[in-house]
Amino acid sequence: MLGFLIRRIIQSVFVMLAVALIAFMMFRFMGDPVNSMVAETATTEERDAVRERLGLDQPLYVQYGRFVARAATGDFGLSWRNARPVSTLLAERFPATAELVLVAAGLSLVLGIPLGILTALRPHSFSTQALQLMSLVGISLPTFVTGILLILVFSVWLGWLPSFGRGTVVDVGWWSTGFLTLSGLKALILPSVMLCLFQLTLIMRLVRAEMMEVLRTDYIKFAKARGLTNRSIHFHHALKNTLIPVITIFGLQLGGLIAFAIITETVFQWPGMGALFIQAVSFGDVPVMAAYLVLVSLIFVIINTTVDLLYAVLDPRLRVEGARAAH
Amino acid sequence: MTDTTQIKTTPSALTRLWNSDVAWNFRRSWTARISSVLILILFAAALFAPLLATQNPYDISQLFLLDSELPPAWIEGGDPRYFLGTDEQARDLYSSILYGLRLSLIVGFASVALAAVVGISLGLLGGFVGGMVDGAIMRVADILLSFPAILVALLVNGIARGVLPPERHADAAIWVLILAIGLTNWVQYARTVRGSTMVERQKEYVQAARINGVSGMGIMLQHILPNVLGPVLVIATINLGMAVLTEATLSFLGVGMPATQPSLGTLIRIGNEYLFSGIWWVVIFPSVVLVALVLAVNLLGDWLRDALNPKLR
Repeated sequence: MLGFLIRRIIQSVFVMLAVALIAFMMFRFMGDPVNSMVAETATTEERDAVRERLGLDQPLYVQYGRFVARAATGDFGLSWRNARPVSTLLAERFPATAELVLVAAGLSLVLGIPLGILTALRPHSFSTQALQLMSLVGISLPTFVTGILLILVFSVWLGWLPSFGRGTVVDVGWWSTGFLTLSGLKALILPSVMLCLFQLTLIMRLVRAEMMEVLRTDYIKFAKARGLTNRSIHFHHALKNTLIPVITIFGLQLGGLIAFAIITETVFQWPGMGALFIQAVSFGDVPVMAAYLVLVSLIFVIINTTVDLLYAVLDPRLRVEGARAAH
Repeated sequence: MTDTTQIKTTPSALTRLWNSDVAWNFRRSWTARISSVLILILFAAALFAPLLATQNPYDISQLFLLDSELPPAWIEGGDPRYFLGTDEQARDLYSSILYGLRLSLIVGFASVALAAVVGISLGLLGGFVGGMVDGAIMRVADILLSFPAILVALLVNGIARGVLPPERHADAAIWVLILAIGLTNWVQYARTVRGSTMVERQKEYVQAARINGVSGMGIMLQHILPNVLGPVLVIATINLGMAVLTEATLSFLGVGMPATQPSLGTLIRIGNEYLFSGIWWVVIFPSVVLVALVLAVNLLGDWLRDALNPKLR
């Protein structure tokens, strides 16, 4: 177990170093930020002053060393676009994305698991067939099309829910939350539904497939033979073994949610990190792109490592094999 | 002893194709037939767009601003000249969709080709040479695969935009997209080809070629390559759907095709900006075409995967 833990952490550090290298290469090889920050008519002296202020006059290895040291402390310098510290920009935007992703992830679990169980227990009922068809459509529709349809129906035609922004937010320390006001909660509904749909169908299908697999195993037959109630068999005996793969996939997909939040944030003009990243991409704003890349990679790596470790904790077979290999 | 031996005629290539398992499977499958008909219609529409379109949406002299924001022809206030209505620049939506479909498919095919070439080369090289080269290629592939495709594509896109001067962005957009999507999707090809190469490398015909003095390059390209290409077709089909979708997403996000040369994704983005003025047609019709295209390609890809999988026969 300890060896496994150490191996996983070394692997994670390697991935982060690779990502940092890509981020640094972006700084090194992408256009001259000075041109975009000074006026067209600026003199050479003015340009050199800006260049010096941004630290671009130093030799390459110094820049690289400084980059890694600064990145470790969360300092990615100034945005080329509006000359504000990148870390401040990201910190302002982080709560919006975090709340959106967490609500979407929660929704996909809360709805996906019961629906998966339902469709597995009643494979031939009408509701199952309808849900299966809907999940096929859910997987095939591009997410931004789903978002636009949601806006068209619920905002434009019915006028029930807001179609952009976060509503009124309340500052709790540095964290601005939309959970505490009615307009904040209403603004969350459509974006989180759009973001969770793909995840929801995935979890539903996975739970269904796993559940049907588990229900065919001998220990379930034995539990039936012992005269246990269906309720106890399905929810106590079968569900436990169904959920192990669900946790893995859910963890891996959490990273996907952060990436797809870029699209959701664009559709709903949600003031999160993804929207910031898209602006950075279209303007070629390297510091923001690099910082977003490093931050998101860090979140990915942490999630993936946690899921792997959790998996080892939850599945006793892995522990036994690990122990045997150690002997 | 007996003279019952029949004279066998070799069947023509067409007959053999008609009698093959895959063709038999195709004739039996409703989804395969419907989706391939849909794909053929959409491909033809894209190919003959200049003939089918009623105006050239790139030619500003053909646009009349008075005709902007007209609804589809069958709705009150619609104009029969603009069957699906017009957008805010008075572009005929039907023509814009045809040209947009064309661009989406060009980007899709080109990026699939790029991904296939990169992936097959690296997979072949890694599988054949092994060792450090293989390890390096596969580690890069692992890291790339642990990030969502859209994020990688956005990143390549952003880097390309940063390298190019801003005034060239619009002209270079199509190349940037092909590069971004192609470089995102090569991993699957590389993994598959690498696996089959490692199997083929051990076989006797490769040893025979080696004894005959064929160079490593010659063995890879002439002997192994033809034998590892089988699964690539399935990956390429499924990948085409993904590539079209990624292009649409990038264009929708505003970092793909520019508004002067709209692809399906760009049209949806333009329509999205005018959603609240009640102009729903600019967003709905391109979306329908996009969904139909992606769904048909995906269904055909799924069918092809099952049809070519000997385990399922």
